[in-house]
Amino acid sequence: MSSQILLNFFLAFIWMFMTVSFTPAGFAIGFLVGLAIIILMRRFFSGRLYLTRVWAVLSLTALFLKELVLSSVQVLRIVLRPRMDIKPAIFEMETELKRDWEITLLASLITLTPGTLVVGISDDQTRLYIHALDFKDIDEAVSSIKNTFERAISEVSRP
Amino acid sequence: MLNSSREERFSIVTTIVNILIIVLISTGVLFSAVTALGLVRLPDVYTRTHAASKSSTLGVLAILFGTFLHFWLVEGIFNTQMVIAIVFLFITAPVGGHLIGRAAYISGIKVADETVRDDLGPAVKKKKKRFASKKPADE
Repeated sequence: MSSQILLNFFLAFIWMFMTVSFTPAGFAIGFLVGLAIIILMRRFFSGRLYLTRVWAVLSLTALFLKELVLSSVQVLRIVLRPRMDIKPAIFEMETELKRDWEITLLASLITLTPGTLVVGISDDQTRLYIHALDFKDIDEAVSSIKNTFERAISEVSRP
Repeated sequence: MLNSSREERFSIVTTIVNILIIVLISTGVLFSAVTALGLVRLPDVYTRTHAASKSSTLGVLAILFGTFLHFWLVEGIFNTQMVIAIVFLFITAPVGGHLIGRAAYISGIKVADETVRDDLGPAVKKKKKRFASKKPADE
């Protein structure tokens, strides 16, 4: 994946040397031509085409922003409610993610989702302990986290 | 835009830009105020961390973004330090919330009375017991 990006930059520089145009516009044209070459030769690379992963990262960022706005609005509604009848709880959730950075990212995303906060990670890194602000249904919360965040992160890290 | 001419100050683009800036900054102020109110009203340290790690992040982000837009579109200064600050806050705020919650739990701060379920308690207790039983053997 990173070797593809490096190769694309290299092709862009070769294009700049071939056309003797050392400008940002020349670099951009060379980058696009190199991208076309990489797309044509994608069966020689072992991983996916790097554009799909860039797209996955972008959609993960959009998800992050959306969840941040939703969670802030939920906290606002809870705080401004006249009678505070919240039921906090700490529940555990199994995760299938393996690598360190994936789990860190998942923990940050959960912390910014509506009403959940990670307070602990087990030593073997298979379970997350999540503090829920308003506890209604654990299964629903777990399945929503699994379906949105875990899938988005594994989409990024898939080879 | 502001410096050019008197008529241009009231063009449609300037109005839209100003409305956007006003909406962003007032949203930020609203969320910061809600954070402060939440810190007073919520029952225990964990629920307070919820308010402090979410609403305040969004509040400060909205204020910074509004300021960035003001200086970019009205004053004509493209200040990239604002963008860097937004990204840094985005990365560090959830980690801070997690560390505060974890440190509070491990040092034995009780959860609020309303709490209905606690899965972390048995896990921490088991780990502490294992640690205590293992320690004399190591020495």
